[in-house]
Amino acid sequence: MGRYVVRRLLQMIPVFIGSTFIIFMMMYALPGDPVRALGGERAPDEAQMNALRADLGLDEPILQQYWNYLTGLFQGDFGTQIASRREVIDVISEALPATIRLTLLAFVITAVVGIAMGLIAGLRAGGKTDAGILFFTLLLISVPVFVIGYLYQTYFGVKWGWISPTVRDSEDLGELFLPALALASLSLAYVARLTRTSIVENRRADYMRTARAKGLTKRRAVGVHLLRNSLIPVVTFLGVDIGNLMAGAVVTEGIFNIHGLGRAVFEALKSREGATVVGIVSFIILVYLVVALLVDLLYAVLDPRIRYA
Amino acid sequence: MRGARSAKWVATAIVVALAATACGGSDDGGDGAGNPDGIVRVDGGEPQNPLLPTNTNEQFGALVVQNVFSKLLDFDDHGEIFMVAAESVEPSEDNGTWTVTLKDGWTFHDGTPVTAQHYVDAWNWAANIDNNQNNSFWFADIVGYEDVHPAEEGAEPTADAMSGLKVVDELTFTIELTTPVSYYDYKLGYDAFTPLPDSFYDDPEAFGEHPIGQGPYEFTAWNHGESIELTRYDDYAGEPAKNGGVHITSYDSLEAAYTDLRSNNLDIIRQVAPRDLPLYRDDLGEDHSVAQPYNGIQTIVPVWYEWEDTDPRVLQGVSMAIDRETITQTVLDGSRTPADSFVPPGVYGYQEGAANGITDFNPEEARRLVEEGGGIPDNKITIQYNSDGGHQEWVEAVCNSIIETLDVECVGDAKVDFDTDLEAREADEVQSMYRGGWFADYPLNVNFLKELYHSEAQSNYGRFDNEEVDALFEEGDAAATLDETAQAYAEAEQVLFEEMPAIPLWFNNVNGGWSENVSNVRFDSAGQPVLSEVTVNN
Repeated sequence: MGRYVVRRLLQMIPVFIGSTFIIFMMMYALPGDPVRALGGERAPDEAQMNALRADLGLDEPILQQYWNYLTGLFQGDFGTQIASRREVIDVISEALPATIRLTLLAFVITAVVGIAMGLIAGLRAGGKTDAGILFFTLLLISVPVFVIGYLYQTYFGVKWGWISPTVRDSEDLGELFLPALALASLSLAYVARLTRTSIVENRRADYMRTARAKGLTKRRAVGVHLLRNSLIPVVTFLGVDIGNLMAGAVVTEGIFNIHGLGRAVFEALKSREGATVVGIVSFIILVYLVVALLVDLLYAVLDPRIRYA
Repeated sequence: MRGARSAKWVATAIVVALAATACGGSDDGGDGAGNPDGIVRVDGGEPQNPLLPTNTNEQFGALVVQNVFSKLLDFDDHGEIFMVAAESVEPSEDNGTWTVTLKDGWTFHDGTPVTAQHYVDAWNWAANIDNNQNNSFWFADIVGYEDVHPAEEGAEPTADAMSGLKVVDELTFTIELTTPVSYYDYKLGYDAFTPLPDSFYDDPEAFGEHPIGQGPYEFTAWNHGESIELTRYDDYAGEPAKNGGVHITSYDSLEAAYTDLRSNNLDIIRQVAPRDLPLYRDDLGEDHSVAQPYNGIQTIVPVWYEWEDTDPRVLQGVSMAIDRETITQTVLDGSRTPADSFVPPGVYGYQEGAANGITDFNPEEARRLVEEGGGIPDNKITIQYNSDGGHQEWVEAVCNSIIETLDVECVGDAKVDFDTDLEAREADEVQSMYRGGWFADYPLNVNFLKELYHSEAQSNYGRFDNEEVDALFEEGDAAATLDETAQAYAEAEQVLFEEMPAIPLWFNNVNGGWSENVSNVRFDSAGQPVLSEVTVNN
């Protein structure tokens, strides 16, 4: 198991280098010049732009620039923003806490509510509850997130005034609840569907009959045997989803005015701040990789037949 | 109209909600002094650059810089000058040298007195190429600029001061210009022409994070990405602020800002999102909202490398084929005012109806002119625009208008964002026309004409090149008085309508609003709220 983890961690290095390289090249390939963009409609004079490029190392060949970036990265230097002249690491660390809080909250909502709904629907497959949940999840899946977001904001925030319509203090989990709910809605529906299918499939499996036959209570048979075995596809989905929640929150962050990573990367992309984009995306890639590893390890916990050597 | 339907009914829901809970707020009518220490909460965003007046050229940074620093002079709603930090700004006989006399008793927020030397040093620093200031080109008129800002690539500055700036005494300095300019005082009204305190030079980087100016508000805190706090400067030598300070909240979307305004978490919104345009005046009430033109214009610009051989009458015809009145009222929800000139109304030198009917919707005349001019090349027009700026709807409407009237092909050419759009313009790769926009650097017609239509102007991406126009511009620059300058440029504007280097569409409007918490809110001709005049109710 230990060796497996080490091997997986080592595999992350080429993946990380490869992906940063690709993103770096993509940023470079985008039309538009960040130094030129500083001037807006009116360009600064050529001499000034050249001086700036030289100052920022943007006049060097692209491979050299990438090398500089990578070596800086390994020394903990994420680079400097072109317009604001601020350290990219500062920009990331300001945006990160809000995003992590939002993601975790949304993740908890997704997992708890989604699995619970899936379990109930699965155990009563074909019944009215099942149909109700089916309809509800269909609704969530088919309504775009910005509609859900504005809906929540209008009703819970403005109309009934239960909760602040925008997030003014991202440390206040109460204020984050609404956006987290909006963000979680889609994943929640998928998780519920996935759990339901899996439960329905496994409910009639041999091991379930054995469990009941040897005298386990229904509660124990379902809670320990059925649920555990049925969660494998769900855990896979949740693992991938944590990255999606993190990176895909741009719309939700915009509606509820949360200053998180999604927004930061969007802004950086628009102003061609290569170092910021690569920094944030690399971070999200790291999160994906680590979560993927955790998910694989979790398989072994859920299903003892799976072993890692 | 992506998402427009859902947005509309959400907005309707808000109206219903607020009507149901309407709490008959008693408006004080705006004459009370209010709470002198109340804080005004205004919407903003994260400034792009360090907060130096010579480095700020976008709206979020400008909102801070313009309140922390006081300019030498400023402009009223008709583009006329009034003095702020300067006692007087006087040209020499030939307009070649300008003498600035400062008002006495002004201090920086750190308590040190403001002197002429502070201005001269700050400008010399900003003009220096090594200091990489976005606005350095503003000092290019001053003698000695090329010594601190050489034009050749890689050249080092040969001096650290421009010889054209001379300190006469504590409160007086002179500016010698390379060529006489009769309207140089207008340029001095730009944000970049402000002083910096001595402490700036110790650590410019730290200063950019926490600027120290001499304006009505002191900079107190910058909570990156979240908010910026300004506090009233009690020793301010100009007209003191009528409130205790300003809290600028950073919003990712205008919709979120509007929602906060409606739920009383925000006092002033500077621009309402397209989603809320149809209803905001009803929502907020006429006395708590504005829709007024400011000094910005939107045009479509035919690129000369495609249109040079076409008779200008064709372009006049295209201009007349566009139903500006209907488009501004329907598609743009009244957020623009149809243009009748190349110059917005708040600008000195604006001539009402300068277009002489060329910007009026007149289908018959349009068809006649296009026909007489030999028709539109290939019977096809494309309008290049950036699709991230909310332009798609009106570009399509303009095209439909042209198609209906002239029966030619017209399509939008969307570029993903402004950078991409600009790159195509700079590389002369625009297919037919592009969306042009211009906001006043200073409210004089020169700024709207010379910067866009002089053959050597940097922002002349249409590559328009006309000797008569250039000559009139130069005549205007060499004129002895401001009025003669404005006059020469007005003549040039008439020639422009004969040549049609661009088709003026409309002037931008400010669509702002404010809550019941504040009174005396006014927006200036640059489209910004005058924050120091705002009073906070109780």
